[in-house]
Amino acid sequence: MVATLKGLLVGLLGWIDTRFPLTKWWNEHLAQYYAPKNFNFWYFFGSLALLVFVNQIVTGIFLTMNYKPSEAEAFASVEYIMRDVSWGWLIRYMHSVGASLFFVVIYLHMFRGLIYGSYKNPRELLWLFGMVIYVLLMAEAFMGYLLPWGQMSFWGAQVIINLFGAIPFGIGDALTIWIRGDFAVGDPTLNRFFALHVAAIPLLLVALVFFHIIALHEVGSNNPDGIDIKKHKGPDGIPLDGIPFHPYYTVKDIFGTGVFLILFAIIVFFAPEMTGKFLEADNFVASNPMVTPTHIAPLWYFAPFYAILRAVPDKLMGVMAMGGSIGVMFLLPWLDRSPVNSIRYRGPLTKIAVTLFVISFLVLGALGTMPAGDTETFIARVCSVIYFAFFLLMPIYTTIEKTLPEPDRVTMK
Amino acid sequence: MRSIIRTVLLLMTPMMASASGDVPDVHVEVDLANIAGLQRGAQTFFNYCASCHSAKYQRYSRVAEDLELTYDQVAANMVFTGAKVTDHVVVAMTPEDGERWFGQAPPDLTLVGRSRGPEWLYAYLKSYHTDTSRPWGVNNPLLPGTAMPAVLASLQGEQEIDADGHLHLVTEGSLNEAEYDRLVTDLVNFLVYIGEPAKMVRGSIGVKVIMFLMLFTFLAYLLKREFWKDVH
Repeated sequence: MVATLKGLLVGLLGWIDTRFPLTKWWNEHLAQYYAPKNFNFWYFFGSLALLVFVNQIVTGIFLTMNYKPSEAEAFASVEYIMRDVSWGWLIRYMHSVGASLFFVVIYLHMFRGLIYGSYKNPRELLWLFGMVIYVLLMAEAFMGYLLPWGQMSFWGAQVIINLFGAIPFGIGDALTIWIRGDFAVGDPTLNRFFALHVAAIPLLLVALVFFHIIALHEVGSNNPDGIDIKKHKGPDGIPLDGIPFHPYYTVKDIFGTGVFLILFAIIVFFAPEMTGKFLEADNFVASNPMVTPTHIAPLWYFAPFYAILRAVPDKLMGVMAMGGSIGVMFLLPWLDRSPVNSIRYRGPLTKIAVTLFVISFLVLGALGTMPAGDTETFIARVCSVIYFAFFLLMPIYTTIEKTLPEPDRVTMK
Repeated sequence: MRSIIRTVLLLMTPMMASASGDVPDVHVEVDLANIAGLQRGAQTFFNYCASCHSAKYQRYSRVAEDLELTYDQVAANMVFTGAKVTDHVVVAMTPEDGERWFGQAPPDLTLVGRSRGPEWLYAYLKSYHTDTSRPWGVNNPLLPGTAMPAVLASLQGEQEIDADGHLHLVTEGSLNEAEYDRLVTDLVNFLVYIGEPAKMVRGSIGVKVIMFLMLFTFLAYLLKREFWKDVH
């Protein structure tokens, strides 16, 4: 009986394989994709990003079934989801908490790339695909935040769209009207943001995530030692320090998924607002164009860039600085001139630079959500300078510092 | 000149925040497991608040289901507008009338427990004082120039405010201080509840979900350890 069943399944697989590269793909990307065996904690966040992406799509589909993208009904339809839709509150919190955790995971994922030099040759394109995903994700989050149509949705969108108004030669104003589809944020804005949020950007994201993974599997994963495992291959052509992704990293990532889901559940069930950091108190007030909130704060994941924007006295220069702070990350593969990849074998200058960069990024993040007084503005300026110096001075400090010798084979620490 | 205006505006921002947005330093006991307290809060809400304020995202029937009341009890004691028990809690007053009578339409209270928070609401409902310069003869330091009359004054009594901002009871109400605190606490609890009815259940569901996930993660760890035994 079992033998017959197995025979049938093998037959079915053969039938599929002659028509579709199922086994070939399975082997190329999982069972015979050899990843370095020394992945550490930082290597969980790629698979977790994929997990959160799936969570956002699935919960998003169910939210779309009950949400109404119109000025008159949007806010009420979210409350309808929270009250009258079966498990609607859970779906909504999974989506809103998921959005914030998406950025947590992505920032940690990018930081991993930063410290281990995962963007360096031959992974430049992999990094660029990742950066495009990151920028799309910011657009996705920004447009998604308009949909609940609360005060922060409305005024946050108003402030951010008005930034484009800083562009001179009469382009700015025309551009803001073109983005909004109206003279102020209104029904047309909500409708188009909804379309972009649920269809256009997710489609682009799916495509980019696909390219990101294909590029990764073409060049192979980097690792905490930053050395190439393909230099040492066994007689079978398999890297000596490589292990098949499946089952080794699939089981490891399932464990990582479990830990992540526990943290996710703690927030979803016990602190979905995260003391106003994931869902702002003012966003529980329906949008009102006549009443401006005293303090319009971006959500935490935009806060560092918002702080850079405010640190510059001139509006146009501020917008350019904000754009530049994200744009400069694209250049990372060409700014880094170090002969070694991993921070483990770099000199003290890089270690100091990375530390200062992390501190400035976190401080900017904290400042971006606060009202800006004189002291705050001063600190934001100092941190903005550090932020840009980290990138722009990189060609210098990565060239002049003395690096440590890289090991021949990966180390398990 | 522009920089002076800018500086003044920047300096004013924290002041404006403290005038309306800051959380007052009071403790209010929020306990949505206390059904009797929520029922008393509902009673106060429908008797004193709901004649002017809607809770338009909340249905009467949902109050009945969550607070262990029958539809008939809710229909008889909480619905004063001729609405069906399955309808949303909407006042009879039109926004235009509200604006004409009070200067601004009384805001919807469904989500006020989330937007203002329980501490603010508790402090607000205890901070009315006489102010003859105001149309209703009362004012409130938590919302200066408030358009709402001191609806609960017959229960709390009348308060006066001194130069230091301290409130003193000058006329007794029908409740003593402890009883009034209890009433406001119950009312705030009810407002927290209608702000998020799911809060009644999400904690207990969360415990079960997390227990399952911990077991799952433990088994996943064992599986990982088993597979990784042969990686050196």
